[in-house]
Amino acid sequence: MLPRAGARLLSTAARNSVLQVCIVGSGPAGLYTAEKLLKRYGEDVRVDVLDRLPTPFGLVRSGVAPDHADVKNVTNQFTATCRDPRVGYLGNVSVGADIALAELRPLYHAVVLAYGAESDRRLGVPGEDAAGVFAAREFVWWYNGHPDARDLPVSLADVESVAVCGIGNVALDCARLLLKRPAALATTDIAGHALDALRKAGRVREVQLFARRGPVQAACTPKELRELVTLDGVAVHAPPDQMAVSPADEAEMKAVRMRRRMYDLIKGAAAKQPAGAQQHLRFQFYRNPVEVMVDPSGAACGVRVERTRLEATPRGVVAVGTGEYDAHPAQLVLKSIGYRSLPLEGVAFDARAGVVPNTAGRVLREYGGSEVDPGLYVCGWVKRGPTGIIGTNSMDADETVDSMYRDTAALPLRPVGGGAALRELLRQRGVRAVDFGGWQRIDAREVAGGAAVGKPREKIVSVGDMLSTAGV
Amino acid sequence: MLQSLARALAQRSAGTAAWTALPALAALQSGSLASCSAWRPSSASQQPAAGLHSSSSTSHGHSSDEEGSGETISVTFKCEKDGSETTVRAPLGKSLLEVAHANDIELEGACEGSLACSTCHVIVEDESYYNRLPEPCEDELDMLDLAFGLTDTSRLGCQVIAAKDLDGLTVRLPSATRNFYVSEKGEAAAAADGARLAAAAAAAAALRGGGGGGGGG
Repeated sequence: MLPRAGARLLSTAARNSVLQVCIVGSGPAGLYTAEKLLKRYGEDVRVDVLDRLPTPFGLVRSGVAPDHADVKNVTNQFTATCRDPRVGYLGNVSVGADIALAELRPLYHAVVLAYGAESDRRLGVPGEDAAGVFAAREFVWWYNGHPDARDLPVSLADVESVAVCGIGNVALDCARLLLKRPAALATTDIAGHALDALRKAGRVREVQLFARRGPVQAACTPKELRELVTLDGVAVHAPPDQMAVSPADEAEMKAVRMRRRMYDLIKGAAAKQPAGAQQHLRFQFYRNPVEVMVDPSGAACGVRVERTRLEATPRGVVAVGTGEYDAHPAQLVLKSIGYRSLPLEGVAFDARAGVVPNTAGRVLREYGGSEVDPGLYVCGWVKRGPTGIIGTNSMDADETVDSMYRDTAALPLRPVGGGAALRELLRQRGVRAVDFGGWQRIDAREVAGGAAVGKPREKIVSVGDMLSTAGV
Repeated sequence: MLQSLARALAQRSAGTAAWTALPALAALQSGSLASCSAWRPSSASQQPAAGLHSSSSTSHGHSSDEEGSGETISVTFKCEKDGSETTVRAPLGKSLLEVAHANDIELEGACEGSLACSTCHVIVEDESYYNRLPEPCEDELDMLDLAFGLTDTSRLGCQVIAAKDLDGLTVRLPSATRNFYVSEKGEAAAAADGARLAAAAAAAAALRGGGGGGGGG
């Protein structure tokens, strides 16, 4: 920690030597960090932003649902950051594969890990790995054209019923995409292969959302819930016994208006029964999936759930099993119980929480320890876990950049190779790094391809095509 | 700073009485609030990328003939993050988000005023000014529900449009963190920052049903 006088010394030191920062990951966490570094340091900083994909923007591109175009407006702001002369973008560079973190760190004064959460929590139940069972993350990547999920074996042809385990916003996005008229998605930036598959499939007849807890504990947010329960031609069902509220629920709804508004949304939607609805959305509260049922061919054919009740514990309100079970048919099962970050070689990892241990964004040398690893920082989901909305990363980046700013005088501002040295190393290794100009060529081709078919963009879904379009 | 945060959190967790007293919410609960779809552009996403300059149509309320009249009102932005207080002239018809950006005031506008995020959250300091604003629509309330430090005079900056009767308006820009370089007490402020972020995290966790990320239910 700096004494107060350090703050004044710092500005002199920084003028003599420009801080070189490398950010790993170009999603909201990484690019908010870049933006805030520019604001905080002015001319005294240079920032390189790496991404393992040729394309930037992380989950804004591959997570935000295609029918939520307005949410993606934030890419205009991120584009302005990336085009700043103090910022360099290097796509198609995978830290841990193309370059080790241990090689990257000496090239910069500080490295910020903002690589998000590219894995999933597991249900830990039999049948979880059967054909027709996917993590919601994979399914979202598939409909959003993430190159890693373009070949996901999603077969919608024979799907009548879908089981979604979880009731967060990702679960709701998946349910909405499956129940929405494909024609309503045809004017979005949904991946071409996903639109084709949804068009060819008979429309999914039923989506069931299984939640371990009740309507007052649902992890989703009002906007997404409202969209889902007001879909045209979809009847909403929520069994009255599952909508019963306890005194604790009442108190919670009184205290947090969002809870009341969401409960009322579900109850109100279930009270309307549109005549002749061909599709059904069923909320299944107090139901904990205990098994994915598998048919003789090895494909998922249903889920078995245990009924639960809520119990107050020191850890909060938890669902405990009652020993009563139900079975529900489902030919597609989506597990939407949370994302999970992956460890990176050379960095401590909290395997239980699935995050890099840190204090206010400063990475710790080891999990459970208190000693900081100087010059290594973290932001976003890999720092705090997979929760929050895009804007949450703004506050998160504030904290990390604040920590770095305080540390700056203590960071040895030794001469470093910075971006020039990194580019040279990558060139020697034959890594085809994509700069921001390369991304803009990909972007232009996607937008032109979309214009031809009435979409805002037609995403390129193979890394090879991206690289040739970028011209690297 | 901490006090205001504590107040905001307390209001979130215990302030129902205040909330339900709001006409908009009372109307919501009785189902009588008009749908706000009419207030939105037919498709905000079809607007040009420079949405901030053209997005005043997203908003509702005061007559558009005030816009472009050249008249301005006084608006003060109090930024929690750096402690600054800036009074500017706001042209009639412009949203607070537009006014902030035109004056280099740090107010995030991630979705460019299309009612798809809560980053331009502002808190109206004086309730009598708050009461002069047209009621928030359901889409705005949906977004405000996710705002950090929600209070009973919270609005989205993109939905507050400069009008004659708002002359003298003061809004606060809530922040979970406070910039180091403006702190007077060094580490004490750092500790306070930590507490604020922890409180923000706790509020977020509470919002999301005790963590568990995208699901769990």
